[in-house]
Amino acid sequence: MDARRDSEPTAVKNRTTVERKSEREFVVTRTFNGPARLVFDAWTKPELLKRWWTPKSMGMSLLSCEADVRVGGSYRFVFGHDDSKTMAFFGRYIEVTPHSRLVWTNEEGDGGEAVTTVTFEEKGGKTLLVLHELHPSKEAVDEAIGFGEGLRETFEQLDELLVTLGASAERS
Amino acid sequence: MVQYPATRLDTSFAALSDATRRGVLEQLGRSDASITDLAEQFHMTLTGMRKHVRVLEQADLVTTSKVGRVRTCKLGERRLDDETAWIERYRDLWDSRFDELDKVVEELERKETVNGRKKR
Repeated sequence: MDARRDSEPTAVKNRTTVERKSEREFVVTRTFNGPARLVFDAWTKPELLKRWWTPKSMGMSLLSCEADVRVGGSYRFVFGHDDSKTMAFFGRYIEVTPHSRLVWTNEEGDGGEAVTTVTFEEKGGKTLLVLHELHPSKEAVDEAIGFGEGLRETFEQLDELLVTLGASAERS
Repeated sequence: MVQYPATRLDTSFAALSDATRRGVLEQLGRSDASITDLAEQFHMTLTGMRKHVRVLEQADLVTTSKVGRVRTCKLGERRLDDETAWIERYRDLWDSRFDELDKVVEELERKETVNGRKKR
């Protein structure tokens, strides 16, 4: 892809795309205006990783970020509003190829391991990043999407409404 | 949160106000089924079940398709709405992460340039 050079001082924002490839797979793509070794550094050095992994919009901060980026090494990110209520994201690195490929497992889910593969492809000083997430099962994806939860919530709200409507609902 | 127009809410609540129809949705959440299957399962005539399915269909809770003589029912576009909304949230998360990552990469590149100049 040839990116046209703009005379504008600020670079045009690169687009993030997400695609569902199958029942268990999602693919995220994004181009970065920098060489692969720098983008790779930002994914593998904890002090850099923690600067971007929890953007403000996530509504949580990263309380700790440990990542031993070697094959078999583990990572553990702890998020939360404060120390009282925290959530951990953890797993192991199963493939580490400097500047081009990073594969890790994610083990906090109940339904088995998810595997994330990130590839970094440099072209003309820019890096195309492709993140591929493979979930352990369709059920795990459904749970993540919250479909079951959504329907249950609808029914609960409906039940409450029916109670308040009481007799008038009976008559109609 | 998506705001549904009042008429759509009315249709949804009307559709969900019946125990059989809620049962049908739960069943279809497990697997697709034909009208005949559903009629048998809920001890109902075909005509009775067809009426229930039509109400669910009007509320976009169920879609049906006819192959040969069999009309198969499955959960409707609301399920797709859920998936679309989730993918959108997932994309937003990565997009805001990547905006921050842009800044990190930009800074690393700047530092490298400065260091490179110093060395030369």
